[in-house]
Amino acid sequence: MIRENFKGTSQLIKLLFKQHRLKIFLWVIGIVGISIVVALAYPEIYTSKEDIMGFAITMDNPAMIAMLGSGYETESFNLGAIFANEMLMFTSIALATMNILLMSNSTRDDEQAGRLEIIQSLPVGKVSYLTAGVILLFLVNLSINLLLTIGLATLGESVFTWESSLLYSSILTLTGLFFAGITAVIAQLSETAHGTKQLAFGTLIFSYVIRMIGDVQSETLSLFSPLGWTTRTEVFVENYWLPVFVLSIGVIILTSLAFYLRTKRDMFAGILPSRSGKSHASTFLKTTPGFIWHLQKTKIISWFILLFALCAAFGAILGELEAYFSDINILQQFLAGSAGDGMMEQFITYLFAIMSIFSVFPVLSIMISLKSEEDANRTEHFYTRAVSRSKIFLTYCIFSVLTSLLMQFAIAGGIYMTSKNVLEETISLQSYVEMSFVYLPAIFVFIGLITLLIGIVPKLTHTIWLYVTYVFVVLYIGNLLEFPKWANNLSAFHHISEYPHEAIEWKTMLVLTSIGFILTIIGLVGYTNRDIEA
Amino acid sequence: MSIIQIENLTKSFGQFKALEDVNLEVKQGEIHGFIGPNGAGKSTTIRVLLGMLKADTGNITIFGKDTWQEAVSIHSRIAYVPGDANLWPNLTGGQIIDLFLNMRNSTIDNKRRDELIKYFELDPTKKCRTYSKGNLQKVLIISALASDADIYILDEPTSGLDPLMERKFQNYLLDLKAQGKTILLSSHILSEVEKLCDHVSIIRKGKIIEEGTLEELRHLTRTNFEVTSSENLEGLENIEGIHQVERENTTTTFQVDSENVNEVIQLLSQYKITHLTSAPPRLEDLFIRYYDDQEDEQYD
Repeated sequence: MIRENFKGTSQLIKLLFKQHRLKIFLWVIGIVGISIVVALAYPEIYTSKEDIMGFAITMDNPAMIAMLGSGYETESFNLGAIFANEMLMFTSIALATMNILLMSNSTRDDEQAGRLEIIQSLPVGKVSYLTAGVILLFLVNLSINLLLTIGLATLGESVFTWESSLLYSSILTLTGLFFAGITAVIAQLSETAHGTKQLAFGTLIFSYVIRMIGDVQSETLSLFSPLGWTTRTEVFVENYWLPVFVLSIGVIILTSLAFYLRTKRDMFAGILPSRSGKSHASTFLKTTPGFIWHLQKTKIISWFILLFALCAAFGAILGELEAYFSDINILQQFLAGSAGDGMMEQFITYLFAIMSIFSVFPVLSIMISLKSEEDANRTEHFYTRAVSRSKIFLTYCIFSVLTSLLMQFAIAGGIYMTSKNVLEETISLQSYVEMSFVYLPAIFVFIGLITLLIGIVPKLTHTIWLYVTYVFVVLYIGNLLEFPKWANNLSAFHHISEYPHEAIEWKTMLVLTSIGFILTIIGLVGYTNRDIEA
Repeated sequence: MSIIQIENLTKSFGQFKALEDVNLEVKQGEIHGFIGPNGAGKSTTIRVLLGMLKADTGNITIFGKDTWQEAVSIHSRIAYVPGDANLWPNLTGGQIIDLFLNMRNSTIDNKRRDELIKYFELDPTKKCRTYSKGNLQKVLIISALASDADIYILDEPTSGLDPLMERKFQNYLLDLKAQGKTILLSSHILSEVEKLCDHVSIIRKGKIIEEGTLEELRHLTRTNFEVTSSENLEGLENIEGIHQVERENTTTTFQVDSENVNEVIQLLSQYKITHLTSAPPRLEDLFIRYYDDQEDEQYD
């Protein structure tokens, strides 16, 4: 009887793998590749004990702890600790993202699209599809684990021992699997694929914020977040395995819960309720902007809240940072007389750059949904009526631009709201808005690129994410890896001056904005002159 | 006067020639049937007509206007029903109908909208996610019929509808025709085409292979005979133009090309016939003939 429930699982694993193999391949190569490239670069950069100590001191402050997790004892710092400090948090978020997307793809997405129904009508067990999804993700994570362990351990660096490399890889993949488990549970609760992803990413972000506040203010709070456990292995130094076991137990509990819920519900049904609606469209909904707002509002509002909350969380710890930096100032005046001034500003500038990359996500995603509407064969509902392509296209563009303004405002507003109470030298809202709006021209280049892709080569729409990743890599570790100048220049964000630390270069701003504008126009012309695909 | 005119339309997707030299003419006030097997190019033709695809070559006009250049102004006088309903899961049927009507830039006739919702028994308060295929199709049909258009372009509009709704829809189309509206109906359901259409175009592998009124097309096909006789009908197979002769006990069935019917009657008159029916050629037979040709080609 139990065997019956799992019938056909192995074939389904193959089927799911075939569906997602390209994505899986890119994720595995991306995660393992970037990690190893960075690990290779570090011995070149930090050659002496002093370099490593210098890094350790920069890491030992509330801002870095908030962003990357609580670190190591300064005295015990080594090359591995630097690597883990820089890479562990963001790589585990990347792995969590991969697991959320793949798990949602192979559960609720297939169910909503009706594919599961066809599978289930075949002689296939009741929970086989879910089992296949879980096993597939286990295998994907296992391959990352093995490749990364071998890659790091064979680099020839003495701190990357086999044990440490295995622990580093395991903590990453288990964090990933933990979020796969969470997604599997949510997929049973929510009725739509969209809702599943939204809730799962919400949980990820919530975990990050909890860990961030916890790491700075109370250790106990951090332990409520899976990402809090991630950084507590002190890998490469102490190698604590306990967090790995805790996460493993979490993965087992979550997966079992998903299976339990799956057997308790009907196909297509969720456990969270869905409501019935109105029989007439409101006057607002009937307009083109009103309709597009209806389609995009959840995305815009949730990203606004997310960025606002994230920046508010950073704002809340700025006070501690200020106190810390002023201590350093006194120290530095004693030592070298160099001005430690502006370290706060530098940190805020850096924070704003990273946050501005985040705000590119909703901005791009709005434009991409025009392509998704086309893929789903729904733009034909506009274009077979008296609505022109340029009208729809430009309305989407305007939504993108307005969203970019809104997101930059969320960044400024969030940090202002909490920092004004904790900073001694308060920074005005206007200054924050200026600091975040500086990034708008770079974001406009992204809008230009995505409209160009959608208009001219719609099949390559999603390659924009490669560019987003590239820009992030340049910003985050570009200096560290000593990229050649032209490689840095390819990033739109690289041209933005570090205001207020540096003066705004209006010429550059104008050039970037023009590039965005021209690309958008080319995209528009392409879009109005190409076939609508279905 | 031709209200829809397609001249020498060619359209390729990469290497694949989807449409080759397609000609189609729809006159004002007629219901024009557009039939052909799956993948023959029906939907591609319609998408070109709607300005969604750009023709490689050809002269395609509606109301005398170019369908690519002047799509928007043409569309304010056109209503379209696609065959596969893909709608926004989060909106209700009622909201979508309003939205679509509004997109046509004309004033919304709310009375007609509500009548149609009642006529097709749709619950407009349900979210599209919860509708069945048939109900989604009703949303599209109501959106199209509630709008005051001159031309209705229907791409397999009744897919997913139950037979009762199908009939209601067909009756409505006949009403529209009586009002002088023009309808281009792409369909798989041949009984539907036979019942509604004045003119038929048949497309296969991207080419129009037959075109004409139903009467004209019937001449191209065969009449079905069913004969019961206690005697053995000898010599039947020798007549030219006779097909698919099947004998079962005393009953013989066969098909005859229209021009050879006379010879068959002469032969039959020599025997003692207890029962004879002859059925007029159905569109289905014509259609199957082309399907058969297709299969023959595959076996070649």
